Formats: sequence, structure tokens, C-alpha cells
Amino acid sequence: MTIFVFCIALFLIGLYAIVTKRNLIKIIIGFALIEYSVNLLFALIGFRRGALAPIITKVHSAHNFVDPIPQALVLTAIVIALGTTAVMLAIALRIYERYKTFDIAKIKKLKG
Amino acid sequence: MIELYLFLIFMLVAAIIATEIKDLLAAVISLGAVGFSVAIMFILVQAPDLAIVQIVVEVLTIVIFVAVILKTTHIDETIAEKFSGTQVLATVLYAVFAILFFIAMVRAMNDIPPFGQATMRVAGQYIRLGLPRAGGANLVADVILDFRALDTLGEATVLFTSVIGVVALMRKIGRRQK
Amino acid sequence: MKGMSLIVKTITNIMIGFIFLYGVYIILHGHLTPGGGFAGGVIVAGVFVLRYLAFGGSKAGEKKSSITASVFESVGALLFVIIALLGLLIAGVFFFNFLPKGTPLYLLSAGIIPFCNIAIGIKVGAGLFSIFLALAAFKYIMED
Repeated sequence: MTIFVFCIALFLIGLYAIVTKRNLIKIIIGFALIEYSVNLLFALIGFRRGALAPIITKVHSAHNFVDPIPQALVLTAIVIALGTTAVMLAIALRIYERYKTFDIAKIKKLKG
Repeated sequence: MIELYLFLIFMLVAAIIATEIKDLLAAVISLGAVGFSVAIMFILVQAPDLAIVQIVVEVLTIVIFVAVILKTTHIDETIAEKFSGTQVLATVLYAVFAILFFIAMVRAMNDIPPFGQATMRVAGQYIRLGLPRAGGANLVADVILDFRALDTLGEATVLFTSVIGVVALMRKIGRRQK
Repeated sequence: MKGMSLIVKTITNIMIGFIFLYGVYIILHGHLTPGGGFAGGVIVAGVFVLRYLAFGGSKAGEKKSSITASVFESVGALLFVIIALLGLLIAGVFFFNFLPKGTPLYLLSAGIIPFCNIAIGIKVGAGLFSIFLALAAFKYIMED
């Protein structure tokens, strides 16, 4: 169970960056950290001690595999994470082009 | 399993550096350290599919981040400034929330199966029927493309939407002239 | 943009074919070994990103390759949906595995899974490359 708690700690570091940082790139880095922690937690939950990776190498053999479902869920989530990160970076680039800063406090002051 | 804990501690340190360092390029490199550690941990928990995807996606993520930072600025000027009142308040409030959330999550973690002893209620069936029904030797491919293919269709839709979003945000045609 | 130094260009010329071949291998063997459409697609996108970074791009070339990438992405998505709809047409179930399963553990097995992998590989590769192009071509806007 301790290993799950470490994942929660990583999640909280990411959330800390999102909530308290004022730089847009730092906020996006926080989102990426949260994605890593959640993906890792899923893969860790599906782990079984002494089991093999879920790939069949012989047709008739004992099936002693780790859980394939969390892996299937995370596999798609990793690629989606890249897409969402790219969208956030595109928005950050447009904001920088307009206001010449990544500081969200200054962006709020420079209206119009 | 001691190596898993070592990698997790390394990841926590790299994550703190990524959030606190002044140079944004260094922050992105630290983020890359976290991502590659995640890839190594995927190998250690017997998930080679995830490790391959994580490594290549991590490389592309860093390339995109660096491309954006090189075009703008690589100094985080908000780190050097003195703490303002609202920032101190936000940090304190976040600390309170984090402690409460942490306690709640630790209690919740008691209810899921302990590490290394996953219950395979649904997965047992997928493993038994994977080769006869779907026919693929890679059970993860069977799950994402046969048993749960609608998930993958939804994922493809999200990726398509994000590509459209980036292209629409970045295009030049139709922008207001200065 | 002139790209990087001669050493980088030469090494890229030598390696680029092998990396592309590896990506195709990962896509085609997705139902037998670790990998699949997602991993192979990202590797194929990485090949084009490497080529762009090493040799640089022109304004016209970027526009052309961005259009090509959009077309390929749509083709991949359409292929995936068509495979799903064929299942609906033939057996009445969306995403039904209607092809014969073949011999297990051989390349020609698993029914529609290799074809789905190819469709997803095209889609992910072209989509991620067009994301990269859109973010990389931004410098022209900043310079204007």
C-alpha cells in the first residue's frame, strides 16, 4: 500500500503546481505530472507478484499474467495526454504572442 | 521491489525540481526525468506495451515543450519575486487541502487490493478467452481492439479533436490584422 | 531555416529508414508482441519530426506536409470507422471480429486486429506530426 501513497504524493505535487504557480508553462507541467501519477497508479494496481507480462507465447501453457485491463486503459490515456498537452501549449503560445508574458497575474491585468 | 521505491523517490524529487526551478528548460528536462522513470517502472511491473508508448510519447512531449519554450522565453520570472499575500494564502490553503486529501486517499487505498495481489475478476475471463475469441497473442491488443474497441474509438475521437484544436489555434488564415 | 550541422544530417539520412521500418514493424506485429498502433504511430511521427528538425523546413514545404498529414489522419480515422461498420454490416455488432482468426501466434491471425492497428497507426502518426507542424510553423507568425 505504501507504493500507492507515493503515487498520491506525486499527484499532490502536480496539483500544487496547478493551484499555486503563476507561470503558464509550470501549470502545464503540473497537468503532465498528474497524468503520470494516475497512469502509474493504474499500472501498479494491476500488478501481481510473480506474474508475467500479458503476452501469450505458447498456445497451451499456464496463464499466469498481470491484469491486462488497466494496461489497456492507460495505453490510450498516454496518447490522449500528449494531445491535451499540445492543446494547452498552443493556447499558451497564443497568450504569449498577445501579452508577451506567461505570468497569469499580469495577463489578468492587461485586459483588451 | 525496492527499486520501485527508489524510482518513486527519484520521481518525487524530479517533480519538485520541475515545479520550483527558475529556468523553464530545466523544468521540462526534469519533467522528462519523471516521464522516463515512469517508463522504467512500467517495465518493472510487467507492462512492456505501456513502456514503449510512454518512451516515444515522452520524447515527443519534450520536443513540443522545447519548441514552445525556445520560441518564447525560458525564464520563469514569477519565481524570483517576493511572495505576495494572495500567493501565501493560496499555498497555505493548498497545504490544508493536501493534508485532508492525503488522509482521505490513504484511507481509500485500504479498500483496494494490496500491491502485488490484483483481483482478476474481469481480467480472468479476458485472459481465458483472449486467444480463442479475439485471436491475438498480445492480450492488451485484444482488450483495446476487440473486447473494448469502443474505448479506442472514443480515444481516437479525442485525439482527432485535439489535433483540430491545435491546428485551428495555430493557423494564420482568418486572424485579426494588427 | 537551414537545419542542423552536416553530422546530424548524415546520421539522420542513415538512420531514418531504419526507424521508420521499426515503427512499421511495431504496428504490424501489434497483436503478437508489445506495441501496436499507438506505439508504432508515435514512432512513425517521430521519424518525420526528426527529419524536420535535422533538415529544417520551408514555408511552402510545411504547408504541403501539413495538408498531407491532415489527409492521412482523416484516412486513418475513416479506415477505423469503416472496419467497425463492416462488423455492424456483416454480423450486426459494432466492432465485430468478422475475419477468420487464422493460426494463433502467426502474423496472419487475430481477424480485424492487425487492420485496426494499421488504421490507428496511420491516424496517430499523422495526427501527432500535424500537431508538431502546427506548433513548429508558429515562428513565421512571430516574425511577421
